[in-house]
Amino acid sequence: MASIAIKNLFHEKVRLAVTLTGIVFSIILTAVQLGIFLGFIEASTGIVGQSKADLWVVSRGVTHVEQGVEFNESKLYKVLADPDVAAAKNHIVSLGAQAKKPDGSDEGVTLVGFDLDGGMGGPWNITQGSVADLEIPDAVMVDELYAENKLGVTKVGQVIEINKRRARVVGFTRGVRIFTSQPAVFTSFKNAQSFLGLNEDQSFFLVIRARAGANLEVLRSRLAGELTDVEVLTTSQLVYRQGMYWVFGTGAGITVIVAAVLAIIVGVVIVAQTIYAATVDHIREYGTLKAMGATNGYLYRIILTQSVLSGLIAYVVGIAASLVISRVSMEGTLAIIVNWQLAAALFVLTILMCCTASIVAIRKATSIDPAMVFRG
Amino acid sequence: MNAIEVRDLVKTYGSGETAVYALREIDLTVNAGELMLLMGASGSGKTTLVSIMGCILSASSGSCKIYGKETVGLSQKELPAIRLENIGFIFQAFNLFPALTARENVEIALDLKGVRGSQAKRRAAELLERVGLGGKLGSYPADLSGGQKQRVAIARALAGEPRIILADEPTAALDSESGIVVMDLLKELAHEKDRAVIAVTHDNRILHYADRTVHIEDGRIGREEAAMPVLPVSTTGSIGARQ
Repeated sequence: MASIAIKNLFHEKVRLAVTLTGIVFSIILTAVQLGIFLGFIEASTGIVGQSKADLWVVSRGVTHVEQGVEFNESKLYKVLADPDVAAAKNHIVSLGAQAKKPDGSDEGVTLVGFDLDGGMGGPWNITQGSVADLEIPDAVMVDELYAENKLGVTKVGQVIEINKRRARVVGFTRGVRIFTSQPAVFTSFKNAQSFLGLNEDQSFFLVIRARAGANLEVLRSRLAGELTDVEVLTTSQLVYRQGMYWVFGTGAGITVIVAAVLAIIVGVVIVAQTIYAATVDHIREYGTLKAMGATNGYLYRIILTQSVLSGLIAYVVGIAASLVISRVSMEGTLAIIVNWQLAAALFVLTILMCCTASIVAIRKATSIDPAMVFRG
Repeated sequence: MNAIEVRDLVKTYGSGETAVYALREIDLTVNAGELMLLMGASGSGKTTLVSIMGCILSASSGSCKIYGKETVGLSQKELPAIRLENIGFIFQAFNLFPALTARENVEIALDLKGVRGSQAKRRAAELLERVGLGGKLGSYPADLSGGQKQRVAIARALAGEPRIILADEPTAALDSESGIVVMDLLKELAHEKDRAVIAVTHDNRILHYADRTVHIEDGRIGREEAAMPVLPVSTTGSIGARQ
């Protein structure tokens, strides 16, 4: 059975090429769309997800961290009093900062102010400089992907203005992407307060690290009960809220998901059409098999083997091409993330797609009247 | 034992006043070791009769027994097993699988019977050797002559060791020389291997191979003729000669 399935598949090389091209394009299209979706998630939630904090204290009703509302520092002391809190630090994330580039034009930035000693909420993927360099007054760290285009920054030591205050670039990160395309500018909490004109006792968020072994949900509930006018969220809860706001709230996520679903549908149609056409072309052979005593199950297996084999070959080509596209995208601000989870999901999706596409062909093959073999 | 026993067989298409009778009250017995030719004009019902005897078409009423087992009334799920167990088909257009070699075409029939791997390869080679194609195991149908293709089809039909061979116009697409080889093989199967061989044909050149010739006329058995005497080669070209 496998022999006839495989031989028939490879016998008509042009048809096989058409089938594989259709599936490969479907896989690439789906991988790219879902990769963009993952890139959006990463860009919109990275500042929270990479914070290394266990819990966040945010003003009530905050839908995303860039919308932080200042509250009084006194809440920090209440948090620190809890025996399950190992560390708690003030934190700032704000879209309310404008950088002036060397050419005099303005660019909005995402200002991230963190406690340099807290080990939470700081930059990641540092390529030049260090967190310690941010102790210098007015020191900032920016991302290489945005530095030149958005801020006119090309090297360490360059000076720009943020909210009309001097800012010296002391280091670079690479790959800290921001959904809004307003580049992340990391600085110390104190510097951030200065850039934003906040009072010394004002903060936007608290980031908390729990003691080892503490029950996060219990701690979160307890702190939420003790603090007024704020919400206490686990990092994953805030990541979810952040992702929902930016990716779905703005409609961008829906757009790429719809495109991915359309890619899958197009893939199913292409595969269904080619497998069906191949079945019709071999209809006399299927009739002969039925006359010889083959059961419908035997015919199912031939058609499914051909579909799944086409899917496997196309998957290898498609995922390889998608990984190359992903790799190239990492050099830009729009990341197409094709991770192993997406690759595995696409594998399952491809096989399902090919099996689904076989249904019409299977119906055709099994409805053959075997008496057709006696007709000229 | 009768290989095939047909009694009062009727096949209609449609129902009521618009019903079309393809076969009417057919009574026919085919014996093991017999080569029977089924002849008739186009539309006379011979293909319908062969289809019913081959368990690929259901009769409307009557009886059709294959080695004593009633097949009329069996479901479409039950019939493939009867075909697989008892019947080998040979088609006018050969119906070989173009993507498979001669050996693989025979192996398909063995695969249906559950014979696979090296055993299937060996058995397929033996069968092709038997029909004189031992040197063509790896040839594709496109590289074979019409006669060779039909011999591959015969080897395939024999793979499941069926007790009945149904051949539809087995020589129609062949030249005289190839027709002789094919008919000699069919005759050998009937007489030496004790198979019941039924061949539908319009080919008068092969009449002398038949142990019996049955004519179908308008869906009924017209007349039956016993074996014809040995004939000299005629001007119209007779295929072979009875021995």
